[in-house]
Amino acid sequence: MKNKLGVKLPDHIDGIGKILPYKGPFARVRGLKKEGLTTTGVKMRASLPGKKKVFKDLKKVIELSGLKDGGTISFHHHLRNGDFLLMNVMKVIDEMGFKDLTLFPSSLTSAHQGIVDYVRKGVVKKIYTSGLRGELGKFISKGNMEIPVVIRSHGGRARAIKSGDVKIDVAFIGAPSSDREGNLNGVRGPSACGSLGYAMVDAEYADCVVAVTDHLVDYPNTPISIPQYQVDYIVLTDKLGNPDKIGSGSTRLTTNPVDHIIAEKAAKLIFNSGYFGNGMTFQTGAGGASLAVAKYVADIMEAKGVVGSYAIGGISSYIVDIYKRGLFKKMFDVQSFDKGVVSSLLNNEDHLEISADFYANPFNSGAIINNLDVVVLAAYEIDTDFNVNVLVDSHGYAQGASGGHSDTSAAAKLTVIVAPSFRARIPTLVDRVNTIITPGETVDILVTERGIAVNPKRKDLLENFKGKGLNIIDICDLKKKVDKITLKPRMVEFGDKICGLIEYRDGTIIDTIDQVIE
Amino acid sequence: MKISKKSSAGSLESSDLMVYLEPMDTIKVEAVSSVSTSQHQKEIEALVKKELKKAGISGAYVKVQDNGALNLTIKARLKTAISRGIE
Repeated sequence: MKNKLGVKLPDHIDGIGKILPYKGPFARVRGLKKEGLTTTGVKMRASLPGKKKVFKDLKKVIELSGLKDGGTISFHHHLRNGDFLLMNVMKVIDEMGFKDLTLFPSSLTSAHQGIVDYVRKGVVKKIYTSGLRGELGKFISKGNMEIPVVIRSHGGRARAIKSGDVKIDVAFIGAPSSDREGNLNGVRGPSACGSLGYAMVDAEYADCVVAVTDHLVDYPNTPISIPQYQVDYIVLTDKLGNPDKIGSGSTRLTTNPVDHIIAEKAAKLIFNSGYFGNGMTFQTGAGGASLAVAKYVADIMEAKGVVGSYAIGGISSYIVDIYKRGLFKKMFDVQSFDKGVVSSLLNNEDHLEISADFYANPFNSGAIINNLDVVVLAAYEIDTDFNVNVLVDSHGYAQGASGGHSDTSAAAKLTVIVAPSFRARIPTLVDRVNTIITPGETVDILVTERGIAVNPKRKDLLENFKGKGLNIIDICDLKKKVDKITLKPRMVEFGDKICGLIEYRDGTIIDTIDQVIE
Repeated sequence: MKISKKSSAGSLESSDLMVYLEPMDTIKVEAVSSVSTSQHQKEIEALVKKELKKAGISGAYVKVQDNGALNLTIKARLKTAISRGIE
């Protein structure tokens, strides 16, 4: 069969099950009532008064957790490149001789390359994640896994857990602070990472929750991000991670002049879009041009005396600074993008920690992004139908992450993609992106340093931009302009094997990761 | 005119290139690129030969390490390397 975007898909994949084809950004949301789904039950646990929860030995706790071969274990990636927990747990799990596990982290970073060995050894059979990087991404793109990896957005992951599509047997939660009963938060302790937004969903729906902490405090530990009644065991460890490696410098404002040109243009567009004004809601990415857009939008807001309602997403120190200038009333934080955000989340009552379910799940009674006015996002590749790829690099390898890209672009009233028209002579604008993460029908504007393209279905925007001195051109003309100075990208040779499935936020399959032939 | 001493220009940043020049009686150009095809490497070699001719250089061994530079960048780096390589 083929999905709405013409991607060929099998009806069924062994180890994955029935494949639902993508039919449009809200097709399944509209029809969900008819499907009559219910959220699945979580194993009931009972606890006698005075039960001891704190252990020193992770192995002992994994035994008590009831984990079996073929089970599903989950992790969260708030410590990003500084995370020690996932690899430490995998080492013990390997020593205990487990096989055929499904690894279900909220995402994988450069700290997790060692997973390759556990796949080779048969400890890990399936991987469900948002991102893949480094050697692990190459390993998977070369077709080394028997069962395709499933890539989900942050909202889609929350949906998959809540709907029972993925049943977590044991959730491992890196807890920067915990008390003896398992009240957890991410804002205290030497490994403080800020929000625990992704882990909150795992804690609610896993059959067994293991919190691992390097900072056990007196009872009760507050604020309570994850409550004790969801936590079965607490394991003490020496060091959970290195919070200096959360941001890896990405949240400092770019000094690249091309990024600034793009950002300034994007801010001017947002100002003229019809969505700029008091009470506006806003999200931007943490890197490169996207974060720079926040700077220019904030400057216009200040000059015009405009105060927004909320900023949301991964919250970086830069967004906290904009809030402190009085330009937004609240911040919703599913993931703190650098160590500097932690004290704001702890001390500032307008800075609110939210779960991934609350943030972006399409299958609940209203995620926060459903009220998002403007989102600014990046792209590795974008095509003339406005489809965006943020996962697969120009060599064909999975080296990125789905993140909240497709969630926010579907929900926001205005989705702006900011990207240089080429990187190292490889064009960003192509006829068809390698792998679709975000469908073009949910993208409104592409801003490059060489011109701005508006999705032709947004006639209202084109009307608003008339006579504003904005260099708006047809996306095909922009592509021709860029093609004159760039190279034909290296043609990557793909095999027939499906190495990964890109699951859209509603659980349908939008595209595949194809096998790279070297 | 011939290149009389070793010289270089550029960087290995993305979208830039390194040009290395060495004295030689004739012209020899070798280009490698981290981002593109062998076809493009031949194009870089042709561009370099053309620019050497324009500059009146009849003797040079040129090595190019490309990291996705535009043609104008290639020309500019080569020009600087030539000025450093002639007495």
